[in-house]
Amino acid sequence: MLAHLPILQVIVPMMAAPLCLFLTRPRLVWLFALIVSGLAFLISCILLQQVMTSGAIIYELGGWDAPWGIEYRIDQLSAFLLLIISAVSTVVLFAAHTSIQKEIPVDRHTLFYILYLLSLAGMLGIVATGDAFNVFVFLEISSLSAYALIALGKDRRALWAAYQYLIMGTIGATFILIGIGLIYQMTGTLNMNDLSMRLPEVAHTRTVFTAFAFIIVGVCLKLALFPLHLWLPNAYAYAPSIITAFLAATATKVAIYLLIRFTFSVFGLSFSFTTLPLQILFVVLGLSGIFAASTAAIYQKNVKHLFAYSSIAQIGYMIVGFSVSTTTGLMATLLHLFNHALMKSALFLALAAVMYRIGGVQLSQFQGLGRQMPLTMAAIVIGGLSLIGVPLTVGFVSKWYLILAVIENGWWPVAVLILLGSLLAVVYVWRIVETAYFKPPLAGSEAIKEAPLSFLVPIWVLVIANIYFGIDTRLSIQVTQVAAQSLFGVGPP
Amino acid sequence: MLMGLYNYWIVVVLMMVGFYIVIAHGNLIKKIVGLSIFQTSVFIFYISMAKVDGGTAPILSDGISKYSNPLPHVLILTAIVVGIATTALGLALAVRIKEAYGSIEEEEIQKKDNLDC
Repeated sequence: MLAHLPILQVIVPMMAAPLCLFLTRPRLVWLFALIVSGLAFLISCILLQQVMTSGAIIYELGGWDAPWGIEYRIDQLSAFLLLIISAVSTVVLFAAHTSIQKEIPVDRHTLFYILYLLSLAGMLGIVATGDAFNVFVFLEISSLSAYALIALGKDRRALWAAYQYLIMGTIGATFILIGIGLIYQMTGTLNMNDLSMRLPEVAHTRTVFTAFAFIIVGVCLKLALFPLHLWLPNAYAYAPSIITAFLAATATKVAIYLLIRFTFSVFGLSFSFTTLPLQILFVVLGLSGIFAASTAAIYQKNVKHLFAYSSIAQIGYMIVGFSVSTTTGLMATLLHLFNHALMKSALFLALAAVMYRIGGVQLSQFQGLGRQMPLTMAAIVIGGLSLIGVPLTVGFVSKWYLILAVIENGWWPVAVLILLGSLLAVVYVWRIVETAYFKPPLAGSEAIKEAPLSFLVPIWVLVIANIYFGIDTRLSIQVTQVAAQSLFGVGPP
Repeated sequence: MLMGLYNYWIVVVLMMVGFYIVIAHGNLIKKIVGLSIFQTSVFIFYISMAKVDGGTAPILSDGISKYSNPLPHVLILTAIVVGIATTALGLALAVRIKEAYGSIEEEEIQKKDNLDC
C-alpha cells in the first residue's frame, strides 16, 4: 500500500470525481469531496515525510521501466507542492458547502464538486509526474475544469472571464506541447530524468533553443507573469468565491513549479541561464509586475479584483527570487510559494464570507464591517499584514530570504525596489482597513452578522497557520532548503 | 530543402494562420476556429516527426524490420481528445455568453461590461 502512494495521490481524487454523480444529496457530495481531499492531504503528508527521510521516490506506472513507461517521481520539491495543494484544497473545501449555497444553483452543486476534484487531481498530477507529456495532459485536465468552475460564477462577466482564460490558457498549453514535441524530436525521450541526461548533447542546436523558448513562454502564460497576466484579474474576481480561494492559492503555484522543474531539472541550470538572458528578463519582468500590479491594486473598487492584482504582484516576488538563481534565491521563491498560498487562501476565504453575508465585495460595501463582522475582518487584516511582510507573519519570512538572496548577489537596487513594492501593499491593505474600521456602517446594514462557523473555522485555521509559520519556521525552511539544494545538485539526492 | 521540409512548412503556416485568427478576430466562434487550427498544426507536427524514411506502419509482421515511430501517434491521440474538449467547452461558453450578453462580438461584450461598472 505504502509503495503505491505516489499514484494514489493522483488517482484517488480523479476516480472520486465521477463517483460524486451517484450521490444525489449536495451535502453528501460535499462530505465525500471533503473526505477525498483530506485523504489526498494525508497521503501528501506521508509522502513528504518519506521523501525527507529517504530521498526521492520513484514509481513506475504499470511496472514498465522508466524511459519506456511513465514514471512518477516525488522529490522534495514535488512533495512540498503536493502538501501545499492538498492542504489548501481541504481547508477551502470545508467552507464550500455554505459558500456555494448563495452563489450556485442547487442543481449544479454536484457538478461543482466533480469539477473541483478533477481540477485538484490535475494539479496533483502535474506535480507528481516525471514525464513531460504527462505534464501537458494533467495541465489540461486541471485547466479545463478550472475554466468551467470559473464560468459557474453568478455574474455574467464570469462567462466572459472564463472564455478569455480558456483562450489564453490553451495557447499557453499548446506552446508547452510544441516545446515538448521539439525536445522529443531531438532526444527521443519524454522522461524528465532521461531528458536531463540527453539534452546536453544537443544543447547547442537551434531546435532545443526554440523548444526552451516555447516552454518558458507557455509556462509564463499559465503563471500570469506580467505582462501575460491579463486573464487573471477577471477570472479571479468573477469566479465563485470558493474557487477564487482555491485557484489563487494553487493554480499559479503549480505553474511556478513547472517553471522551476523545466529550467532546473530538465534543461539544466547552465543551459537555462546562459542561452536565454533569463536572469535579466525575469528580474525586469518580476519587478515591473510588482509595481504595475500593486499600483493597479490600489485603484480597484472590487476587493476581489484588488487581491487578484496583489496576486500578480506576489508572483513578481517569486520570479525575482527565481531569477537570482542561487540556492537562497530559489529558497525564497519556494518559501513565498508556500506563504502566499496561506495568505491568499485566508484572504479570499474571508472575502467569500463577506460575499455570503452581504452579497458583494465592493470596497464601498465594507463600510463599518470592522464592527459587524469582527472576526472575518480581523482575518483580512492579519492576512493583509502578512501580504505586506510584517514580522511575526509568514510574509516576513519569505521577503527576508528574498532580500537576503538579492543582497548576497550584490543587487542592491533590486532589494530597495522590493521594499518599495511592499510599501504599495501597505497602501492597498490600508484602504480596506480604513473603510472597514473608520467609516460608519451603511444605512440599513444593522442586520449583518458575523460569518457562520463553517467559514470562521477554515479562515482562522489559515490565519493561525500564517502566524505559526511566521514564528516557527523550522518545517518550511528545512523543506525548502533541502528542495533548493537538491535542485542545485549539492544536497543529498 | 524546401520540399524536404514540406510538412514542416505546412505546420508553420497553419500555426501562424490559427494564431493570427485568435488574436485578430473579435468574433468568439472565429477565435475558437483559430484555436483549433493552431492546435491541429501541432498535431501534424507530431505526426510528421514520427515518420521514419522507408519505414512502414508500426504493425508487427514478417520480413519488415523498419517501422515508423508509433509513440507520437499515441501522444497526439491524447492531444486530439484534449483539443476536442477545449473546443467543446469554448463553444459552450460562447452559447452561454450569447444568452447572457446577446452578442458574440468581443467589442460589444466589452462595451456592455463597461456600462455595468
